[in-house]
Amino acid sequence: MSSHTGDRLFESADWDFSTLQRIHDACEVIARDELGLDTYPNQIEVITAEQMLDAYASGGMPLFYRHWSFGKHFATHEAFYRKGWRGLAYEIVINSSPCISYLMEENTATMQALVIAHAAFGHNHFFKNNYVFKQWTDAEGILEYLRFAKAYVSSCEERYGTIAVERTLDAAHALMSHGIFRYPGHRRQDLRTEERRQRERRVHEERVFNDLWRTVPSGPRKTPSELTVERRRGLLGLPQENILYFLEKSAPRLQSWQRELLRIVRLIGQYFYPQRMTKVMNEGTATYVHHRIMTILHERGRITDGNYLEFLQSHTNVVFQPGFDDKRYSGFNPYALGYAMMRDIERIVTEPTDEDREWFPDIAGRGDSMAVLRDVIANYRDESFIGQFLSPALIRHLRLFHLHDDPADTAGIRVDSIHNERGYRKIRRELAQEYDAGVTDANIEIIDVDLAGDRRLSLSHAVRPGAGLLDPTQTQRVLQHLAELWSYDVILTETDGSGTILKEHVAKPQTNLAAA
Amino acid sequence: MQIVDRRLNPGGKSLENRQKFLRRAKALMQRAVKKSSESKDIRDVLEGGEVSIPLDGLNEPSFQRGSRSRDMVLPGNKQFSEGDHIPRPPEDGGGRPSSPGEGDSEDAFRFVLTREEFLDFFLDDLELPDLAKRSLTETVAEGIRRAGYTTTGSPANISVGRTVRLAMTRRIALGRPRANEIEALEAEMAEAEGERRDELAKQIEALKSKLRRIPYLDPIDIRYRRFEPEPRPVTQAVMFCMMDVSGSMSEHMKDLAKRFYMLLYVFLTRRYKRVDIVFIRHTDRAEEVDEETFFRGPASGGTLVSSALETMVDIVKARYRPSEWNIYAAQASDGDNPHSDGERTASLLTQSILPVTQYFAYLEVGEEVESFAMPNSTLWTLYEQLQAQGNELSIRKVNNRNEIYPIFRDLFQRRADAQKVSA
Repeated sequence: MSSHTGDRLFESADWDFSTLQRIHDACEVIARDELGLDTYPNQIEVITAEQMLDAYASGGMPLFYRHWSFGKHFATHEAFYRKGWRGLAYEIVINSSPCISYLMEENTATMQALVIAHAAFGHNHFFKNNYVFKQWTDAEGILEYLRFAKAYVSSCEERYGTIAVERTLDAAHALMSHGIFRYPGHRRQDLRTEERRQRERRVHEERVFNDLWRTVPSGPRKTPSELTVERRRGLLGLPQENILYFLEKSAPRLQSWQRELLRIVRLIGQYFYPQRMTKVMNEGTATYVHHRIMTILHERGRITDGNYLEFLQSHTNVVFQPGFDDKRYSGFNPYALGYAMMRDIERIVTEPTDEDREWFPDIAGRGDSMAVLRDVIANYRDESFIGQFLSPALIRHLRLFHLHDDPADTAGIRVDSIHNERGYRKIRRELAQEYDAGVTDANIEIIDVDLAGDRRLSLSHAVRPGAGLLDPTQTQRVLQHLAELWSYDVILTETDGSGTILKEHVAKPQTNLAAA
Repeated sequence: MQIVDRRLNPGGKSLENRQKFLRRAKALMQRAVKKSSESKDIRDVLEGGEVSIPLDGLNEPSFQRGSRSRDMVLPGNKQFSEGDHIPRPPEDGGGRPSSPGEGDSEDAFRFVLTREEFLDFFLDDLELPDLAKRSLTETVAEGIRRAGYTTTGSPANISVGRTVRLAMTRRIALGRPRANEIEALEAEMAEAEGERRDELAKQIEALKSKLRRIPYLDPIDIRYRRFEPEPRPVTQAVMFCMMDVSGSMSEHMKDLAKRFYMLLYVFLTRRYKRVDIVFIRHTDRAEEVDEETFFRGPASGGTLVSSALETMVDIVKARYRPSEWNIYAAQASDGDNPHSDGERTASLLTQSILPVTQYFAYLEVGEEVESFAMPNSTLWTLYEQLQAQGNELSIRKVNNRNEIYPIFRDLFQRRADAQKVSA
């Protein structure tokens, strides 16, 4: 064993940039050589509390276009922070290459070590290796794209007025959750060429513009019957669940800059989408990695017992999961669930019980826990991760139970299954579904456009059995925004599995946003 | 790995978003500011502070399910077995286990406005009416604007970029040798021999002397940023604040009057850069006082309204030529004035004051509980008569603290016709 004190990374709570460098290098050796992590290069940025609040307001990104809603979020966070009701995160990490981690200046040296291990290695590895991120995000291009988006939005404000831009963005934000491609088949995001492509689109438009076309007499119109429903829907690419994409391509009266704004909102929404789908895994990975790294550092005497105790205290707070009847309970803590599952997989791989061998024949007793975990990190998202790896042992440990609320049942809410032999699979399936975006997000599609008549846009919400209808006031507001973008009437029908119409929402455009 | 210290980056990155947000929430903010200022002391109001606005008007809608899902998985089972029933929580009752994820359910949030922002909302859409006489005689040289570059100036104004650029142009034009050229030759010379060596030595000498002749930075390169004072026309205005402090004014009335003037004072100092304010207080004789005495100094005595008006007329004659100044007057009194003084007051107003003022406002302060049987005061009756004769004056009565602000707004509301002019 090497000399203890000589190898210490730091002694007190104070740190400077060379301390950070030492911590990073020590973590890097462990992460790379012992845990086999594969990361983007790191960039560590030290920021103040105010800058942290700034970052909060813009979705954690270092730069973002301007919009009042970010000001609102900033004000809310600031008010809570000033009151002392809410603390600030120790770090923010950005899925970019180089991977940027923001570290708060107030953190002690131990906390900086924790945060570097957590963000700069745990999250970083996840961003680089998880298939959802690989498929949907472009880590190299995102910062460049945000810079372009910011400049583009402000140039639009100058050219077309802040009000018009604000209204378009308001409408686009309302539809952001439905501007995402959920299924592969579309090209991987390539944000770096976006700016060039936007320029090319404009140049092309200008080149092919010829006012003469307006004066050319059109031939005899096709009769409506020629354009059959099927052909019409085929032409417009319907049904389409990506509403923003549909509007960008097919809304009849939008200006080209408005289409570009929709595109910006859509692409940024798409970039953030994987984070929503992998919250538990992402935090679980980062927490598992920081725990491993910090423990190894302590074992080798690189940090003192005192530092390690300080770390353990923060770590325990992070992975605390209150029970459902605790007044601190507010749903599952993704850190707790993710970390518990990662640890559980480690246990199954190294010290399996008979039950584990029966449930997880593929990984039980394989011996190399990191290899299994790396494979899990690369190939799953929350829903499949829980559906596959939530073990009976962990269900017992967390004492999970499943409630089913049948309105017809007058006795109350029924406890459907608990942590016993009969309940494991059911609980696992139900919990996995709670993390399935396909189940939690309302399934709304554009189904038809009445081209021959009044150009009414029809959407449908397929209500899943057991799930509720849309919130009427919110829906009405979103539809209003949608109608402004579409410029004609919009109708949303909520139907159940058998096609019965449960509810209809209608919106008419009021101001002519497209002609603004 | 790279470490970047961002702490020194300029702050206020969210400022623009905050302003956008404030603009967006303008109507809500105005309502909130008005509401919060009603319950506050004027002095506190002017300190700005926290307002609470409903989040509802700034809703960011999205497609959301109305009711929670019928199935859920929870941790921490202690007593339940399969098939047990739990009574449903009452509708809207607390204790509903909220689903994980978004929980932005605050229906209002408190928002801290800076003093500036607060006052902007507080005084929004108020103005001095009929600010017509725009005089060019007195200009303030406060406007300074950039006016290109100059070859002379103060060292503090050296434009480094411009200077270095010119120096570089000159160096390139005159072919000033670079240090590394000479070094290269010297290195070559160290290895060369014979004639070549002499040739190189000559070359180096030539270059070096050229280097000496052509300086890196010559005085003729230096440029200074030039600034030019810019005269800006200023609208001159003076506000006469006349307050009755006679014995008939109760503490409550004085308080009302002072609050009114406090508002007026803040409004004027904040919205207009050049407004003179003249404070006159009177009993049976009037005196011009400073701000401090006006608001805080005690005084008592009989009442003679004409004394204040006389003082005002004198001051106008002495200091404010009506042809150049926009003159305003606000008078506050309990309306108690001897009948004998009525004629004098009326003539002063109609002959000397109203013709030169743009706007004359009279505020009558009353007791908190006004008995209905009270006849109108002498001054009120008089002013009503004057008004009926076609004289332009605005008269208002105020009894309660919370009426001050509405009446103040009423008096100084931006008028519709003025809006047209400014639009």
